[in-house]
Amino acid sequence: MSVIVFVLSGAFAMCVPFALAALGELVAEKSGVLNLSVEGMMALSAVMGFMVVAGTGSHVLGLGAGMIAGAGLSVIFAALVLLFRANQVAAGLAVGILGMGLSNLLGRSYEGSSVTALAKIRVPVLSEIPVIGPILFVQDIVVYLTVVLVIVIAWFLYHTKPGLRLRVIGENPETAYALGMHPVAVRLACVAFGGMMAGLAGAYASTILTPVWAQNMIAGRGWVAVALVVFGTWRPIRIALGAYLFGAVGLASLSLQSLGVGVPSQVMSASPYLLTIIVLVVISANSLRIRLNAPMALGQNFSPHG
Amino acid sequence: MSFPGLTLIPRTRTTPLQVLMVSVTTVILSVLAMVLMFSLLGAEPTTIFQSFFIEPLSSGYNIGEVVIKASPLILIAQGLAIGFRAKVWNIGAEGQLIMGAITASLLPIWWPQSDSMLLLPAMIVFGALGGMVWSGIAALLRTSFNASEIIVTLMLTEIARQVLYFLLTGSLRDPGGYNFPQSVMFPDAGLYPIIGTGAVRANASIIITLLMTIGCWIFVNRAFAAFRLQVGGLAPAAAQYAGFSQKQAIWLSLLISGAAAGLAGMGEVAGPIGRLQSMLSPGYGYAAIIVAFLGGLNPIGIFFAGFLMAIVYVGGDIALVNAGIPSAAPVVFQGLVMVFYLGASLFLRYSLVSVFTLADVKEPV
Amino acid sequence: MSLPPLAQPQYSQGEPLLRLEGVSKKFGTLVANCDVDLSIHPSEIVAVLGENGAGKSTLMKMIFGVMQPSAGSIYWRGQRVQISSPAQARQLGIGMVFQHFTLFETITVAENVALSMPGTPQELAGKIREASQKFGLAVEPHAPVYSLSVGERQRVELLRCLLQDPSLLILDEPTSVLPPTAIESLFQTLRGLQERGIAILYISHKLEEIRALCQRATILRHGRVTGTVVPKDETAHRLAELMIGREIPRSSHPKATPGEVVLKVSGLSVQEADPLAVGLKNVSFDLREGEILGIAGVSGNGQRTLARALSGEDTLPPSGQGSIEMLGRPVGHLGAAERRALRLAFVPEERMGRGAAPTMALRENALLTAHGEGMVRRGMIQREKQEAFTLKCIADMDVRSSGPAAPASTLSGGNLQKFIVGREMMLRPRVFVVSQPTWGIDVGAAALVRQKLVDMRGQGSGIIVISEELEELFEVADRIAVMFDGRLSPSRSTALTTPEIIGQMMIGLFDAGLDTAREAAQ
Repeated sequence: MSVIVFVLSGAFAMCVPFALAALGELVAEKSGVLNLSVEGMMALSAVMGFMVVAGTGSHVLGLGAGMIAGAGLSVIFAALVLLFRANQVAAGLAVGILGMGLSNLLGRSYEGSSVTALAKIRVPVLSEIPVIGPILFVQDIVVYLTVVLVIVIAWFLYHTKPGLRLRVIGENPETAYALGMHPVAVRLACVAFGGMMAGLAGAYASTILTPVWAQNMIAGRGWVAVALVVFGTWRPIRIALGAYLFGAVGLASLSLQSLGVGVPSQVMSASPYLLTIIVLVVISANSLRIRLNAPMALGQNFSPHG
Repeated sequence: MSFPGLTLIPRTRTTPLQVLMVSVTTVILSVLAMVLMFSLLGAEPTTIFQSFFIEPLSSGYNIGEVVIKASPLILIAQGLAIGFRAKVWNIGAEGQLIMGAITASLLPIWWPQSDSMLLLPAMIVFGALGGMVWSGIAALLRTSFNASEIIVTLMLTEIARQVLYFLLTGSLRDPGGYNFPQSVMFPDAGLYPIIGTGAVRANASIIITLLMTIGCWIFVNRAFAAFRLQVGGLAPAAAQYAGFSQKQAIWLSLLISGAAAGLAGMGEVAGPIGRLQSMLSPGYGYAAIIVAFLGGLNPIGIFFAGFLMAIVYVGGDIALVNAGIPSAAPVVFQGLVMVFYLGASLFLRYSLVSVFTLADVKEPV
Repeated sequence: MSLPPLAQPQYSQGEPLLRLEGVSKKFGTLVANCDVDLSIHPSEIVAVLGENGAGKSTLMKMIFGVMQPSAGSIYWRGQRVQISSPAQARQLGIGMVFQHFTLFETITVAENVALSMPGTPQELAGKIREASQKFGLAVEPHAPVYSLSVGERQRVELLRCLLQDPSLLILDEPTSVLPPTAIESLFQTLRGLQERGIAILYISHKLEEIRALCQRATILRHGRVTGTVVPKDETAHRLAELMIGREIPRSSHPKATPGEVVLKVSGLSVQEADPLAVGLKNVSFDLREGEILGIAGVSGNGQRTLARALSGEDTLPPSGQGSIEMLGRPVGHLGAAERRALRLAFVPEERMGRGAAPTMALRENALLTAHGEGMVRRGMIQREKQEAFTLKCIADMDVRSSGPAAPASTLSGGNLQKFIVGREMMLRPRVFVVSQPTWGIDVGAAALVRQKLVDMRGQGSGIIVISEELEELFEVADRIAVMFDGRLSPSRSTALTTPEIIGQMMIGLFDAGLDTAREAAQ
């Protein structure tokens, strides 16, 4: 029982990097831009966040530095696809590799060092509820922030006019332009927002979730986030649920290992990647579901003529 | 979005010279950016330049090292480029390299005393098959379930790494190796012969790379299959209209690139490493993506781009010693190259024209 | 919403609402419009008449602020204006309904309207209902656009314009997507708007419509005004002459001598995977060698699905209903390449990107489908064969280009279509499927393409022509069948039917005119 509560509670923190990065990617993809540099953005922001927290002791500044780093890289990506009209897949890979390289470059001297984690907030009264209390109401501030962001993004996309504009630009940027909208500017904003979210995710991973620096610490979580967008069929709530599932599975496999269940550690380490493939296969096989939810112009560049 | 006072006009044609210019410009910008970046980190600009771009070519030994690193880069990039032209994105060549190394290693690990002439050729076949099986999984999932090959190949890379670790801590570990995660040393019959003299370590795997380059050149320029792949990449609806199978394109692209990556992995264990170990490649599978692009997806261009990237790898090792530059430097350089290349290649597709002379330029209505 | 008072003099001789003076537009060396004068008064319907490529669309885009003139002036209510964006045009009181709709398919009507005016979709739904009552344009505000027919979508476009209270409405080829009956109700709506004082610029190349609707017509040819006339007072012949500058060429059409059945489609039903598209419902027909079967219908009634099913771009699923037999053998499960190997050829409606790869040279686009003509040996491309084929195709079809190395994207629509049709004809097909053969191409190219189709029929090909242009089908086809909502009507002999009857069939009345036809036959 206590193990289950531990997993269900801890899964919230585990899922935050997945959820934040995937939501950011969702917003970019909804506007029609496939940004595959999430892994690189998370890696760079993880080291930037770590350096700032190590230097200042402030998690707020650390998370802010991560967001700036993620946004910075995403703006390079945006320049490549929006201004220089590069293929989105190739540009995402390019910026991703740059982010990974810079991360390892800057992080080398921090290898193995640690910063203090952020204390969890016990919500008064509510945290005293049996079972549910420790699962839901003993979490750090970023977990609560993530829940709020999921709701705000869902509301923004589907219940506001700017959200409507964003979605139709992802459906048909030419028509949007003909109606006087500004697809390039909107896409830039969406990509930059996606970068900030990936940055927050990366900095959270390195300074709060596991506050010890190790090279390549993001370890494919950015790619899982990209897959989660497909998994959630471009719907914010479903994506958040998918992220939670990944967090819970990851934590459960760690717990099983510590309980001495006889499974090789490599099988455990490989399980999130295997799960990603399985989930992707199951979701992608349903082409109708994808057709109704995927942004129609995803991956297609747009440039106003003239 | 257009540049102030300037506008972009689509080009109808590009010349080989323009393609070359874009690559050269990319390299110059990347070198400048890297020297600038490390200068800001406190290194001496001349030392950096010297270490990365001069010293790798300054001795026979270093040139041998460049060849050793260029060989897998070019080999993998040639395979990837075939898929990239068809917009099939295999970005998990690193995993296919690992699988190729594992399967090829099985033979010398099982017969460590072998002196058979057939051992090396059999390892070549096993290595290629290992890579193909791994990329074939991605092809199967893409063609049967429409699962993105980008994510599948990447995830398979991480899984391949875990498979390697599992085997090296288990059945393939050298029993007399003090529990280090590595296999026995291969017999000479399971190693590529060394070409060169003295300490030079370059080996005959470069011959495979040369054959692959020539084969790809003929394939791209003459084969109808290459044409079909290219139509699939440039105009998918036209390929469907003509009856060029997309599934076939995916299978062909992924199997060729998987085989090339598997061969490259085999070349590492049968070459400079000489055994199966946990560290097989400094990221050749990823760097080859950049080599493929920088080479303009052209077999000849890839050949030169591969050497450039190899020089930077060797230079990175030298710079680590000379200037204390972190070993991540080559990856940063790769990122810069790719970013600058994608930016510069805008000018392959468009020409930049001043709006004031626009009236003289023909443009379709 | 306030509308102008009803009591306005028709044919106002006062100040024009909009006046163009010497407007020109150049793209490099290409002159799209040269020295165009045009004026329109309130409550007036003025036609802008011209064939494809005459510069009508460019002119309208300048009025609507999408493009700026290279020279000349635009006056709005007597004031000289610079219309620099569609938003500014809307502010002045200009509304435009484009030929290609500017609606987003995945969202509702009200959401679409909300994108171009203030208010939430919920607030606007009421206004939309109110306006749809007032103008007689029935539309459900909460319906997603993908569920609407083409005619309904056009109503949405019109309503969206009218909600912004325009004094000038520009309509670009509004009837090209409508069945004949819907055209009449559109005209009624437009006359109603006219009575409310709204001026309408009506762009078309259809002479009869303009004679029925418009008070004046300004005629464009090669970007220049060749005349401004009162269309009711002119003969169609005279209008055509002003528009084209010569006789409209017609293909010669000897009587068909059909032979054996080359294509047999029985009970074909296809469920589109794409929920936004119309599938096929129990479609059956025969095609014989030496005849042309025309398939009429408003676009969006399943023609695309039919073309893809015939070409083999979509194969029939094993569980699918119905069969396709070519030359006596079932081909439904075969892909496009295998059907082509049985000598099926196909010209798709999208020339750029489907019928030809835009960035590839003509010689490579020849290889695309003609590789079976000896161009590939042991997997290797034979350059000389490829070059010879390309040169012959260019010469036979009078394709204007810089040669075999010219990328397809550098050709005009008409020349590219001639190239594609020529390439497919050189494959000597037994079954030839042609979709929208003359869409958007100039009169000369269209005439050549039609003539070639008739010639091929004479050489024994069985030909299917899918077209929206009734005139075209009546010119080339021996039999005509009609598609509506995924169903295909029985075919009628062209000689024994009339455009009016086919028009009735286009709205689903497949029995239309059967009695009269029977009488005529007796």
